[in-house]
Amino acid sequence: MAPLTPAPAAAATAAAAKKRGLDVAFIFKKSLISALVALVLFSLMIGVRTEAGPTGQLIYWTRFGDLAAMVGAVFAGSIVVELLRWWWGPVGTVHSVGPKVQGALSFAGRVLPPLMLGFTFLMPVIFYDQRYILDLGILVLTYVMLGWGLNVVVGLAGLLDLGYVAFYAVGAYSYALLATNFGLSFWVCLPLAGILAAFWGVLLGFPVLRLRGDYLAIVTLAFGEIIRLVIINWQSLTGGPNGISGIPRPTMFGIPLTPAEDGLAARLGIEFSPTHRIVFLFYLILALALLTNWVTIRLRRLPIGRAWEALREDEVACRALGINTTTTKLTAFATGAMFGGFAGAFFATRQGFISPESFTFQESALVLAIVVLGGMGSQLGVALAAVAMIGGFELFRGLDQYRMLVFGLAMVLLMIWRPRGLIGHRAPTVFLEQSRAISSDLVKEGR
Amino acid sequence: MDYFAQQLINGIVLGSIYGLIAIGYTMVYGIVGMINFAHGDVFMIGGFIALISFLILVSLGLTFVPVILLIVLLVSMAITALYGWTVERIAYRPLRHSFRLAPMLSAIGMSFVLMNYSQVAQGARVKPVPPIITGGYTLYEADGFVVRLSNIQIIVVITTVVLLAIFTWLVAKTRLGRDMRACEQDQTMAALLGVDVDRTISMTFVIGAALASVAGMMYLLYYGLVDFFMGFVAGIKAFTAAVLGGIGSLPGAMLGGLLIGLIETLWSAYFSVEYKDVAAFSILIIVLIFLPTGLLGRPEVEKV
Repeated sequence: MAPLTPAPAAAATAAAAKKRGLDVAFIFKKSLISALVALVLFSLMIGVRTEAGPTGQLIYWTRFGDLAAMVGAVFAGSIVVELLRWWWGPVGTVHSVGPKVQGALSFAGRVLPPLMLGFTFLMPVIFYDQRYILDLGILVLTYVMLGWGLNVVVGLAGLLDLGYVAFYAVGAYSYALLATNFGLSFWVCLPLAGILAAFWGVLLGFPVLRLRGDYLAIVTLAFGEIIRLVIINWQSLTGGPNGISGIPRPTMFGIPLTPAEDGLAARLGIEFSPTHRIVFLFYLILALALLTNWVTIRLRRLPIGRAWEALREDEVACRALGINTTTTKLTAFATGAMFGGFAGAFFATRQGFISPESFTFQESALVLAIVVLGGMGSQLGVALAAVAMIGGFELFRGLDQYRMLVFGLAMVLLMIWRPRGLIGHRAPTVFLEQSRAISSDLVKEGR
Repeated sequence: MDYFAQQLINGIVLGSIYGLIAIGYTMVYGIVGMINFAHGDVFMIGGFIALISFLILVSLGLTFVPVILLIVLLVSMAITALYGWTVERIAYRPLRHSFRLAPMLSAIGMSFVLMNYSQVAQGARVKPVPPIITGGYTLYEADGFVVRLSNIQIIVVITTVVLLAIFTWLVAKTRLGRDMRACEQDQTMAALLGVDVDRTISMTFVIGAALASVAGMMYLLYYGLVDFFMGFVAGIKAFTAAVLGGIGSLPGAMLGGLLIGLIETLWSAYFSVEYKDVAAFSILIIVLIFLPTGLLGRPEVEKV
């Protein structure tokens, strides 16, 4: 029998490192196999290109150069991956966050949000002349808001929703239809859009009460697709694939942001500039996003928020303790959907034009990716993930056709690298004596 | 009645294609317990590979159609199976013991990768092919309305039946099938008894992808076109079929596929073509609410 006293961890790691020398032949063989697999995979799809010729008949031509380049890239890439793996060594999992790391994290957690918030507030001042940056900021904030909204459903209540874009669409179409048909102003429509989206959230929530996990995911996905298909096909109401155009721009509580006599610029006696509207939209979405965040933080401290988190951890125990799971789930769906509706109304008024193309499954996946990447349940993480995701998307603006390809690859790689998201720790709202961060591995993902 | 009979034939043919895809979903769900979101796109890749290999064979001067079809079938099955294997290896295996959401998101990511990979590699436009198999039989003819059974429809159904027979034999009689059933029940126990779980799961993906590639080829032959986006909707419908038949049950997947195909065809024939996808998705929701275990599935007992 070997002695049962555990060897010091550092010595064990050093011994392991000494044992695994660089096995060149093994790495070469593995990379060669990868390259061979790539050769077969890409042989027809990349080596041959088909296209409908001038007569409608399909023609094809070969691209062996591209094929060779791709196979070579796979070979080199897999050597690099193997080397990295050798260099990195086996990775252990740390469940409890060490006190030193915890201190640094809590410091960052305290300092980062006010800094980010301050920077965001000042952005329109700093980048007043750079419309592109302001537009990008508005886009990022829209996704931050969507992420925070979906976080209520996925991160807090643990209900996997793949059709969140449906509520975004409901909000956008509610505002667009109410404004273009009845001439209602943005400020009347905003709460209405939220209420309507929440109503749809409850409507979706009812049938899926009994479902969990992957079934819930696929039903919400189907729901999102149904909404989109109805929008496409109900041409008399929604304009079908052509969408709705001429959606009124928002007013500053009744004062239009136009060069007209009664416009804001004229009233203040300053020169009109179209940037005023962009800045106004920026602060509008910032306010909406902060509202979402504030409501979520407050709700987490209320019984309903605690019920959501309890539901995520263990539904059976929840029921045993007398929590009404029906209302808990429905309120989670309704709250998340309401914020989606707000964001949709904002989207409609910013764009001035909406069509079903903006509400595809890819949007849902993007928002869900933001929430999961942000570490499910972490408000700061969602904001950081939204900045990273949308920023990363913007980097590929010039390469439009590769954008979704890279997005998909990024999703796969990020999940392999950090399945628990960027923010790997949580601060539970309920604690004994003192607040303490825990590893996100300990948080259930819900069912 | 004649119209109904014709729609019935069309529905069964469409249902066979859905059934072939649904088997891949149901097998993977049975063993790994996850929805393989990329499976619909593997079906699409199968269609593309069949199209490209067909074009090459024709330009090489082959004219005898059965030989062409056989080679195309084998090539597309082999290459698509490798796609299935690669997808599992890259996106799912590292996440097998991770928390449940991770493989699902990785699967969604993989679905985007495959979809946009074929868009980048082969262009976004729909690829039409001229009808390869023509001719058929007139079953019934009355006052101007003809009920026809075309050769391609016969081929689709026969291929499906043959594949299903081979596949059922594989699962019921072979070593691999026994390993698969063992892994489905209890992976740890199977591993303790000497079953190579990793290999079995890989083979599950390979077989599922091969069946999906046959579905892709049949789709190509039957509808005469492929495009990079066809995997998404077909995938959801096939998943619906798997759920309808009872997830984890192989006859259930085929039955569900046939039902979904029939429902979709009859809905387009009697109500509206525009809302046929809405009908299929609504079926999914309704089935899950009232019949969560499907038609032939086993009830799931929740353990605390």
